[in-house]
Amino acid sequence: MKSISGIPASYGIAIGPAFVFDRAEIVIEPHKIEDPAAEWQRFEKAREDTLSQLDEAYRVTMEDLGKEEAEIFNAQKLMLSDPELINTAKSRVENDLINIESALYETAESFARQLEAIEDEYLSARALDIRDVSSRCLRNLLGLNESPTANLTTPSIIVAKDLTPSDTVLLNKDFVLGFCTAEGGSTSHTAILARGLGIPAVVGTGTGLKEIKSGDNLVIDGDGGDVIINPDKKLVKEFSARQSRLSELQAEAEAVSHQPAITTDGHQVEVVANIGNVDGIQTAKDAGAEGVGLLRSEFLYLERQNLPSEEEQYKKYKTIADAFGELPVILRSLDVGGDKDIPYIDMPSEANPFLGVRAIRLCLTRPELFKPQLRAALRAGYGNNLKLMFPMVATVSDVESIREVLEECKEELRAEGQNVAEKMDIGIMIEIPSAAVLADQLAEVVDFFSIGTNDLSQYTMAADRTNAHVATLASGFQPAVFRLIKIVIDSAHAKGKWVGLCGEMAGELLAIPILLGLGLDEFSMNPPAIPYAKRLISSISYEHAKHVAEIAIQLRSDQEIRDYIKKEVPEVNPG
Amino acid sequence: MPEVKLTINHEVGLHARPASMFVQIAAKFSSDIEVTHGETTANAKSILAVLTLGAHQGAELLVRAEGADAEDALKALEELVADNFGEI
Repeated sequence: MKSISGIPASYGIAIGPAFVFDRAEIVIEPHKIEDPAAEWQRFEKAREDTLSQLDEAYRVTMEDLGKEEAEIFNAQKLMLSDPELINTAKSRVENDLINIESALYETAESFARQLEAIEDEYLSARALDIRDVSSRCLRNLLGLNESPTANLTTPSIIVAKDLTPSDTVLLNKDFVLGFCTAEGGSTSHTAILARGLGIPAVVGTGTGLKEIKSGDNLVIDGDGGDVIINPDKKLVKEFSARQSRLSELQAEAEAVSHQPAITTDGHQVEVVANIGNVDGIQTAKDAGAEGVGLLRSEFLYLERQNLPSEEEQYKKYKTIADAFGELPVILRSLDVGGDKDIPYIDMPSEANPFLGVRAIRLCLTRPELFKPQLRAALRAGYGNNLKLMFPMVATVSDVESIREVLEECKEELRAEGQNVAEKMDIGIMIEIPSAAVLADQLAEVVDFFSIGTNDLSQYTMAADRTNAHVATLASGFQPAVFRLIKIVIDSAHAKGKWVGLCGEMAGELLAIPILLGLGLDEFSMNPPAIPYAKRLISSISYEHAKHVAEIAIQLRSDQEIRDYIKKEVPEVNPG
Repeated sequence: MPEVKLTINHEVGLHARPASMFVQIAAKFSSDIEVTHGETTANAKSILAVLTLGAHQGAELLVRAEGADAEDALKALEELVADNFGEI
């Protein structure tokens, strides 16, 4: 028995025989040719084969994952039809009498290097695409193109040096239990596709994978990133038990994902999604979200060279708010500064950007940034349930200043004859300790609160959450943070206002019983966490949660709180 | 040589699907078409060359065409960009 560790790339556990896919390396031997026309014919044939394989990859991906993921194969087809690529290669064959394999390889490689030379994540990924498609074409030329699953007769775990995105989607799913590769990272396209297809995978194990022989028994732990070779009986038993518990849990979670989150004693809370762009609409709905608790507006401002216009913002906000109809969609105004920088917005360099002019502080000093966003939101919220909230509010006068600008925008829009969402709910994020302490005063001037635990923890504990040395201090499980959350919820409820929470904590199973017990009204989280949160909430009672919360906030450390919840609420343990 | 100036408003810039559409439309014309961003000029019918322009949202491009259908080609590309590649 031996264990190799890699990078967890796609969740789940696979147990079964290994199939080592040892793809013949592409060996390019440059040599002179005599008949360029015949050489070119060989290319045309290989190109056609490649294009039809890519059509198949497109079709499969479209069916299983959707248009966005499938688009990569269309892009690869276009690359293989690129006139610059074809003409350069052709001229090498016809004029220099070089064999097509060499001509194609060097031409594709030169384009890949040009794309890599521009420092841009997107273009680096396209460099991989041109290499993927030219390798596929070269393998077709050399007669080396076989699918990793071509010779499989029993379901197996594929072990390979690397799998390309097209290899991955063209795997015969009936024969693949999972895969592990020596190369690759968790954000590679292959990993993304494996997650979409639901195939457990571990990537980036390095050379350790060479020890595996076809037929070896393997366990792949797609959560922990481990590959275990020839595990003993006890371990196999443990993993298959975990495998079945995980699939039970997943089935339970999916069964309740589209039902309201109601505790066993009838207390209902809202479970909504955090999303960052228009694509998030479908993901959120599929996961069972009852609306959007945090729509980050930064997506409109990133990856561009100028400010988005009011019209562009209006259309995007409206698309998202309309998609949810009567369900709430909470738009957060531009939250930049701190660790989020936008190159074309001139921001002063500061010694302590997290304590400087960020988020609402920046917007209030820059009407040219702030007003188009507010106008767009006020117009987009007409006829749906769009709400607005503001990050980094510290004082009551912050809210007063925001309200002044909002009123100004409303008046302008009315004068222009535009439709305006007159009664749009206005809320604030509670992420600065002063706002938590002043929650009773703030509750009088806004319609709702949404607690941002990531920032609230780091400001409360004076611990930078990006600094690994103080990361445990910045944890939201600190008793001080829970006590502030209690103050916020109690103060809001006393004034008849509701409270949500949109930090990472809302989706953490260990935190949910405490937050529920403290009286939180709305839990906003990344869509994949929604089914599991709903399952947990609907399997415990509000009375028990209240009791647990009361005791938890009296404990003396984050670890004590975690241990207590694990013991007291067994439903949080996913097996 | 006929030419036209275009500003890319699409959120992904002249990348991904917009780049594919741009190249596919250019390829329909027999004229030679080139597109310049800053100091880099590319064959408008080549996806690989167009990608190396690194044209993000807000980028200003100069497109020139030479040939029998040069004017039509420029018009088609201008419409594609004005229509924001068929998206809002």
